[in-house]
Amino acid sequence: MNYFLELLPSLLSGLKMTLGVFFFTIIGSVPLGIIVSLGMKSEYFTIRWLINGYIWVMRGTPLLLQLIFVYYGLGMMGISFPRFEAAVIAFIINYAAYLAEIFRGGLQSVPRGQYDAAKVLGFTKIQTFFKIVLPQVIKIVVPSFGNEVINLVKDTSLVYVIGLGDILRAGNIAASRDVTLIPYLLVGLIYLIMTAIVTVLLRRTEKRLNIWR
Amino acid sequence: MLEIKKLTKTYNNNTIFKDLDLTVSDGEVLSIVGPSGIGKTTLIKILAGLETADAGKVTLNSEQLPVDGTRTDAKVGLIFQDFNLFPNYTVLDNIMLAPVNVNKIDKTTAKDQARGILDTLGMLNKAELYPFQLSGGQKQRAAIARALAMNPQILAYDEPTSGLDEASTKQVAEIVKTLKKRGVTQLIITHDQFFAEIVSDRVFDFSKEVAR
Repeated sequence: MNYFLELLPSLLSGLKMTLGVFFFTIIGSVPLGIIVSLGMKSEYFTIRWLINGYIWVMRGTPLLLQLIFVYYGLGMMGISFPRFEAAVIAFIINYAAYLAEIFRGGLQSVPRGQYDAAKVLGFTKIQTFFKIVLPQVIKIVVPSFGNEVINLVKDTSLVYVIGLGDILRAGNIAASRDVTLIPYLLVGLIYLIMTAIVTVLLRRTEKRLNIWR
Repeated sequence: MLEIKKLTKTYNNNTIFKDLDLTVSDGEVLSIVGPSGIGKTTLIKILAGLETADAGKVTLNSEQLPVDGTRTDAKVGLIFQDFNLFPNYTVLDNIMLAPVNVNKIDKTTAKDQARGILDTLGMLNKAELYPFQLSGGQKQRAAIARALAMNPQILAYDEPTSGLDEASTKQVAEIVKTLKKRGVTQLIITHDQFFAEIVSDRVFDFSKEVAR
């Protein structure tokens, strides 16, 4: 117990970093993912081509590599970001690509008739999207979106590669210093608590959306 | 009054109809009959602004309505064959959504108006239900209420009796008559000749009167 209390400050400071990356990624990647998914339906070939290329690169290369590229690679080209910002940028553009694919599937499953009904009633395209289409898309994508969010909780541990001190790194340092596995067990427990919270929130959202079909 | 002059629609080099002339007087109930796949639905979709026409003119109460797909108004109310209610809103919200967001009517007024329409259609007790909780006939009445809430100058139905049992078909006929008494101009697309003759002032035979 004493050892746990001893570790707590460093783990909590690591947790702060982990949660920071997590929340900023969600805040940035959801709107970007929606915009990208809409771009995939664009009538302009160039836009579709660029977006498909972007998604191919983001899904086709490891996130670890993307982190390295955004921090070190861009840095070498003269575009340098502080570590935290670099991590958040890499996570946002990576997760937006995955989320865009999920939103695209959701958009496709809203029937044509919904758009027709909205048009006949005089709704603008923007009103149709926000009032009629998006709520239906959200209901459809919640389960797959939840998967990505849980992945994100765990993926945040990759930020160690650019020298950020997240919770896993805090555990790592303590484990090497004290030659024990207990910090790792604690870190594992904290990840489990985080994913449990996310799971409960998503279940609640699903349940609330189930009042209509 | 609705006036359609020399309306022509082609699709992939096939002429769906050519030089179609049709007039519907104010308060008239006109049924357009004919077998399926003949272009009846296409015609009302053009009137509602969902499809484009290749040539011709549509005039509603002396105002020319563009037929090139640039329409954004709700002058023609359309009751879709499969209703296309918004599944994420209650019946009441389905009806209020357009008056509040498109016509910018305040919510209280829109709600009173929506409840009034639902009352006329015998649907007031379904106001708080979601579309998936309604029967086919009830969904249709909800769709009619939603269209009426925008005060359309003409109400068009696409195959209103398809998939309905005899009792629901009778109810649709009653609704058409009720709305006629209130002066609503109605255009009904149907392949049900019997229904057409019961409810309408005039029956227009699409297969006989339209060139192709």
